Amino acid sequence: MTSGNSFLTRQELLGLAVVSLLILVVLPASVDIFRLNLIGKYLTYAFVAIGLVLCWGMGGILSLGQGVFFGLGGYCMAMFLKLEASTPEATKIQSTPGIPDFMDWNQLTELPWFWEPFHSFPFTLVAIVALPSLFAFVIGAAMFKRRVGGVYFAIITQAIAAILTILIIGQQGYTGGVNGITDLRTLLGWDIRTDSAKYVLYFVNAGLLIAVIVAAQAVRKSKLGRLLVALRDKEDRVRFSGYDVANFKIFAFCLAAAFSAIGGAMFTLQVGFMSPSFVGIVPSIEMVIYTAVGGRLSIFGAVYGTLLVNWAKTTFSETFPELWLFGLGALFIAVVLVFPNGLAGLYRSYLQPHVDRLLGVKKPADDDEPASDAVPEAAARAAE
Amino acid sequence: MFADYSWSELGSIFAMQGFAGLILFSVFVLMALGLAIIFGQMGVINMAHGEFMILGAYVTYLCSNFFSTYLPALFGIYFFVAMILAFFASGALGALVEWGLIRHLYKRPLDTLLATWGLSLILQQAYRSIFGAREVGVSLPSWLLGSWPLTDLIEIPINGLFVMSLTFLIAVGVYFLMFRSRLGMQTRAVVQNRVMAGAVGINTERVDRMTFAIGCGIAGVAGSAFTMIGSTGPTAGQLYIVDTFLIVVFGGAASLLGTIASAFTISQAQSTMEFFLSGSMAKVLTLLTVVGILMLRPEGLFSLKIRR
Amino acid sequence: MNTVAPTNNDFLLSIEKLTVSFDGFKAVNDLNLYVDENEIHVIIGPNGAGKTTVLDLICGRTRATEGSIRFRDKELTEMKEHEIVRQGVGRKFQNPSIYEDLTVFENLEISFPRGRDVFGALTFRRDDEVVERVREISRMVFLEKLLDKQAALLSHGQKQWLEIGMLLIQDPELLMLDEPVAGMSVSERVQTAELLNKITEGRSVMVVEHDMKFVEDIAHRVTVLHQGKILSEGSMAKVQADPKVIDVYLGH
Repeated sequence: MTSGNSFLTRQELLGLAVVSLLILVVLPASVDIFRLNLIGKYLTYAFVAIGLVLCWGMGGILSLGQGVFFGLGGYCMAMFLKLEASTPEATKIQSTPGIPDFMDWNQLTELPWFWEPFHSFPFTLVAIVALPSLFAFVIGAAMFKRRVGGVYFAIITQAIAAILTILIIGQQGYTGGVNGITDLRTLLGWDIRTDSAKYVLYFVNAGLLIAVIVAAQAVRKSKLGRLLVALRDKEDRVRFSGYDVANFKIFAFCLAAAFSAIGGAMFTLQVGFMSPSFVGIVPSIEMVIYTAVGGRLSIFGAVYGTLLVNWAKTTFSETFPELWLFGLGALFIAVVLVFPNGLAGLYRSYLQPHVDRLLGVKKPADDDEPASDAVPEAAARAAE
Repeated sequence: MFADYSWSELGSIFAMQGFAGLILFSVFVLMALGLAIIFGQMGVINMAHGEFMILGAYVTYLCSNFFSTYLPALFGIYFFVAMILAFFASGALGALVEWGLIRHLYKRPLDTLLATWGLSLILQQAYRSIFGAREVGVSLPSWLLGSWPLTDLIEIPINGLFVMSLTFLIAVGVYFLMFRSRLGMQTRAVVQNRVMAGAVGINTERVDRMTFAIGCGIAGVAGSAFTMIGSTGPTAGQLYIVDTFLIVVFGGAASLLGTIASAFTISQAQSTMEFFLSGSMAKVLTLLTVVGILMLRPEGLFSLKIRR
Repeated sequence: MNTVAPTNNDFLLSIEKLTVSFDGFKAVNDLNLYVDENEIHVIIGPNGAGKTTVLDLICGRTRATEGSIRFRDKELTEMKEHEIVRQGVGRKFQNPSIYEDLTVFENLEISFPRGRDVFGALTFRRDDEVVERVREISRMVFLEKLLDKQAALLSHGQKQWLEIGMLLIQDPELLMLDEPVAGMSVSERVQTAELLNKITEGRSVMVVEHDMKFVEDIAHRVTVLHQGKILSEGSMAKVQADPKVIDVYLGH
């Protein structure tokens, strides 16, 4: 009974080993750098998906605005890289040398004040995590303290994603507009566009992802993780057990935002640009489907779900671009109606018994998955 | 920002923008009415609402083509036929969706949201496959063209007036449907106490299906009206879905009057600001204000204090 | 909100001039009610009398329009729900409100009053003290053999007990139970009455109940509410003999 306290059960250690092996060894060994870079891009979405496991799968808080935090993290990194690329020598043909090219095109003559601090790399690193977390804190505090949740929270976060996108596109001179911040070259003098740099960045990204998996797993195994599940189920009971419920929701939402932001920053580094098309309503809700395909409550599942959906997206859009939207739409419906426990559910039904036998585990895992096989109704509490 | 304009010019600007705002208001109301029924009364989030509206618009487009090719003599009245067809087309699709999808998810609103989003993607792609990616427009009968000069500076377009009158009629109709008809009463009974409503002999499943279908049907009529003032593309519905949800929530989800009042406030604010700021900033400021107010007053503008 | 000067500090809980109105409808109307130390105080009354609303007001779920609720000389009407709980007020809901996805052990553990803030919950460790206390409480509420069972699989009566156990583990000075034996079998009722009599040592219990047999078994004092006001108060025998009570309630 006390084994629920142990940080990782044998199954979870195996899960961690398998996912590490896959992204650190198998994938890099089996595909070329172009494909590996693409996989690295997908894996940056997995940061978002893991955050959603904590706040949606466990806490029942569905955010349809995770792209906002992904984007903020990505834009922070992009601003730093852009400034590094916009030295007076490199931009001497502009009418105002030393500022990013798109500002010059938009008749700006000096760097806006909020760009200034992004000359500093330490500041940028802090800002990547701190700004989105702070923003999430403000949204979370305003809404959870007033007990706004469920579909209202989903709609408001979606609106915020829409607002930020319109703002970024509208304020071309400050943000690069619809094209985003492009033509990023070096990080502290190191050319990020070479194949060797892409390899390095892939492994940095993979390492960070594993760190985030472990951190998420730690939260999930803590009492806070059980509290999140408890308040998704019976919020009032938690409140009337002496907990300030809003604080736990805010924490989960901020943590999810911080994870997303790290993913966003790594996206910018690996892909070489950041644009509003990763911020808005459509990417934000697509990120939810990665978590849903993985199985809502499963942190490992979120990684596999992200890889699978993106692999399918790339494959389909290359061969049958028209079918992809039908497929994606059907996927949304299927994970809700037919496979509410996603890949993790399939694993539990078909593979886990065999794995347990191999590992010599007698009983089913004690509290590996807090939920039963059925999706708890409270996971989608009535719109109240 | 006002210094460059004289008083009379400012007055005209406000009147013109006010009228532009009224047309936007009509569009918002038309879209929000169906949503107010489905979300406000049933508590179902239908992210595909915009696509039901676009279906109505495409039906109108087909009708316009059909009449101009085969019944040019009756072209003047094709729009009324189109509106009725749009209602039934969107309503029938709505009933089908309720049967196949929504009814399995009544206790899981967040899942409904995701599933209907999936539905909206499928419908968008279907429209794209059938009607092409380009936007299509309908030809208006001659009596809807032109405008009506109010003063030298202010001209009122007739199609705008027509859409506004239509909106008014539909709003009144929805009011009677929801608050005066037997179906409306049954819907509200089912929403408030499903078990009890079933116990007193209301066929709750049928009421759910009818309500959802009617909400979608109204979206179809809205789409039909929408063709009078704009063109239709496969993704046009998506553009307005966030605004529409905000309007319904802002108005206080269960209040029809609230929905209309909030549609009015938001459309007027947006169109007035649009003249002085860029369109995108006007929209950002409007939405930001609405989101800000909703954070402070999550129950919306109009709501009742209820005993829990 | 008016703060009314306390007239009597000897009680554990003093409710004075308490009024709450919902759009003009006064669900609780100028109510005065006192709960003694170590007392089982039962509130009865016809449907809509405001019984559950009184419990909601005490635990902060509903905000009072007027009046005061003092617990150990602290005003509760201004406090947030979790602060009221931390003062030592526990509330059981009408329908068993437990975490169905968690085990019985975890249900009790989450209710253990330690690590109640975000940081505390992250660093919470399941040490011997916690395990010991969970076992102790589970014995009290007849669930010691079911600790590893998922709570969703318990019977209705067991769920009710589990929720009572989740409150007991917090050691509240005032325990409020909303229809604790509703839906229980006869033997479960007897066990519950036994349980309530056992746990009242060192704490007071407020019970809202319809089952008159059960009320007779446990009540030290009975308050009859009618239309948000007190109709009668005293021992069960006295209340049952009151013609006003017979008229509105027992007589039907």
